[in-house]
Amino acid sequence: MSTITSEELSATTLLRFATAGSVDDGKSTLVGRLLHDSKSILSDQLEAVERASASRGQEAPDLALLTDGLRAEREQGITIDVAYRYFATPRRRFILADTPGHVQYTRNMVTGASTAELTVILVDARNGVVEQTRRHAAIAALLRVPHVVLAVNKMDLVDYREPVFAAIAEEFTAYASELGVPEVTAIPISALAGDNVVDPSANMDWYGGPTFLEHLETVPVSHDLAHCHARLPVQYVIRPQTAEHPDYRGYAGQIAAGTFRVGEPVTVLPSGRTSTISGIDLLGEPVDVAWTTQSVTVLLADDVDVSRGDLIVPTKDAPATTQDVEATVCHVADQPLTVGHRVLIKHGTRTVKAIVKDIPSRLTLDDLSLHPHPGQLVANDIGRVKIRTAQPLPVDSYADSRRTGSFILIDPADGTTLTAGMVGESFASPEPVKETPDDDGWDF
Amino acid sequence: MTTTVAGTEEGTVSPYALSHLDSLESEAVHIFREVAGEFERPVILFSGGKDSIVMLHLALKAFAPAAVPFSLLHVDTGHNFPEVLEYRDRVVAEHGLRLHVASVQEYIDRGALRERPDGTRNPLQTLPLTEKIQADRFDAVFGGGRRDEEKARAKERVFSLRDEFSQWDPRRQRPELWNLYNGRHAPGEHVRVFPLSNWTELDVWQYIAREGIELPQIYFAHEREVFRRAGMWLTAGEWGGPKDGETVEKRLVRYRTVGDMSCTGAVDSDAVTLDDVIAEIAASRLTERGATRADDKMSEAAMEDRKREGYF
Repeated sequence: MSTITSEELSATTLLRFATAGSVDDGKSTLVGRLLHDSKSILSDQLEAVERASASRGQEAPDLALLTDGLRAEREQGITIDVAYRYFATPRRRFILADTPGHVQYTRNMVTGASTAELTVILVDARNGVVEQTRRHAAIAALLRVPHVVLAVNKMDLVDYREPVFAAIAEEFTAYASELGVPEVTAIPISALAGDNVVDPSANMDWYGGPTFLEHLETVPVSHDLAHCHARLPVQYVIRPQTAEHPDYRGYAGQIAAGTFRVGEPVTVLPSGRTSTISGIDLLGEPVDVAWTTQSVTVLLADDVDVSRGDLIVPTKDAPATTQDVEATVCHVADQPLTVGHRVLIKHGTRTVKAIVKDIPSRLTLDDLSLHPHPGQLVANDIGRVKIRTAQPLPVDSYADSRRTGSFILIDPADGTTLTAGMVGESFASPEPVKETPDDDGWDF
Repeated sequence: MTTTVAGTEEGTVSPYALSHLDSLESEAVHIFREVAGEFERPVILFSGGKDSIVMLHLALKAFAPAAVPFSLLHVDTGHNFPEVLEYRDRVVAEHGLRLHVASVQEYIDRGALRERPDGTRNPLQTLPLTEKIQADRFDAVFGGGRRDEEKARAKERVFSLRDEFSQWDPRRQRPELWNLYNGRHAPGEHVRVFPLSNWTELDVWQYIAREGIELPQIYFAHEREVFRRAGMWLTAGEWGGPKDGETVEKRLVRYRTVGDMSCTGAVDSDAVTLDDVIAEIAASRLTERGATRADDKMSEAAMEDRKREGYF
């Protein structure tokens, strides 16, 4: 790290990624090795871990103690919540959402994956693709994480044999493809021995692809914006009303998708009023063009009524507004979501009242079948929901835009975040709803 | 669909990719604007340390050319570095801001708080802070906490709900999805907001260098009268050091964090410019808090326990 100049460090990009894996797949070891081999564990942290491990009577330092930050987690030896980790290489900086693998923490994987550009799904080479692997793949597909890495771990325990890896990679890729996952990169590794994690493995010369870290360093972090629908949710209206800026009226927000240019005709939703962009300020500096995910302030040529919650879009590419939203949701709260539930929906910068009109189905993650009319969704359930909103919302399909196609439901009574929602169809080829309900104890 | 990708071509960075600093800056600005849009009485915790200075800089950019729509709150331990207080007052005047001060000394003087045997006043900040929040009915309180600082902070949300006693319950946190922050709170409750959650110490320094932000001089190497206590160089002064058996010496040092004099240690350093500091931190094998904070060494869960009570 000391050989890098500060210019080189500033020019690097940021990759947000999430890990998922079952309890004994070696996720902590992989995270520990990544942090360790990228020199992101500093000596006082390591000493603290060594001290704590020794006081528990453990012989080797327990690297899980690096990531388990809460008293309850250390006491129980499990990870109960998403933790965010930071590390850097000369090529890139990383934010790792380290999410627990237990099925009851599906909501945590959803939380981690919602901001991730890449998800790592770990499997044990001895066990291959198991139920939990399919579950993780389904969540990555639902959340439309652009890149999925299948890390086939513990290759040392299968004698580094290529056919073992090839069979797992093939099975997983076929399954992920069915779910509509756009890209899978499979890498054979041993997190414990260090094969293909940071350094190429001498034990697997049959593998010609990148090491795990190399892939993280080179995977593209932003996409071709030419075909994206441009969207700017208005957060705040900036009006200095000073002698220097008597008439300045700017609409501040973070561009959720696409690009905006000065001179472009725009429409303000939901009102439908139109104007032209007369200026864009990028944090105080005027620019001609701005793109996702820049925080900007847009000035309009006409004195139209715009306030927090509105969405500015190109006039030639405006989404329809609707009061009937159909979405795939993951329920994240302990109290259930039921038909008839009165909630708040936060979409972009707008929060409006809404009512849950119907819960047509609940997804069984194990086999991706749809259980019809479950009546309610409980914590960690994924299902289809129909919502009627008190005011029209300009929603996109989540498949087109992760930012303007997503929403959260909030309990108006106590403010709890209830549900994460993704507008539109969930998978590329959804299974039809089964006509006869399963008797699995969910109907009340 | 590919099973193995032969590595993405070198140098094919999209023209639309933001640098990591631009990306962190944009996210922090978004957080400031969300709070301005959704809360009635937000306040920025401002200590004159580098993180709060960066927070203020980001707030200035977020609302330019208008003024920052928040006031500042300093929890004054009474053991401050004079250079930092001077810096604080100058910045407040320069930007026409309003500064609230919650004073630990005042609490001690009227008997509401008692000096600890170890002399550190860091844990004593919690009561004046939380009472000030309640008395002034602040509903959003910006803190400069970063998740890379400490393992309990790694579990902290960007929007963190505190109950009417200002308590943090790590097991009852709201999941944060996409960039849809939930700021709902009942009267008496407030939300702690951490716009620098995803920044590291190095990011903060690189941003300071890029933006040309002025800092108090104690962040750069200078000769200072210090003495050794619990493996750290503490500044000698009326606050309570040195004691018998501790000897003062003049050393070339700088501070990595700025807090209460009684528990914030200096590090040996000859870094006099921002580039020197960045090179030093990039090469350091010690974390910021491990190097310079005595209060975090008290127990494995020291930070978690203080945060539960309302500490920032």
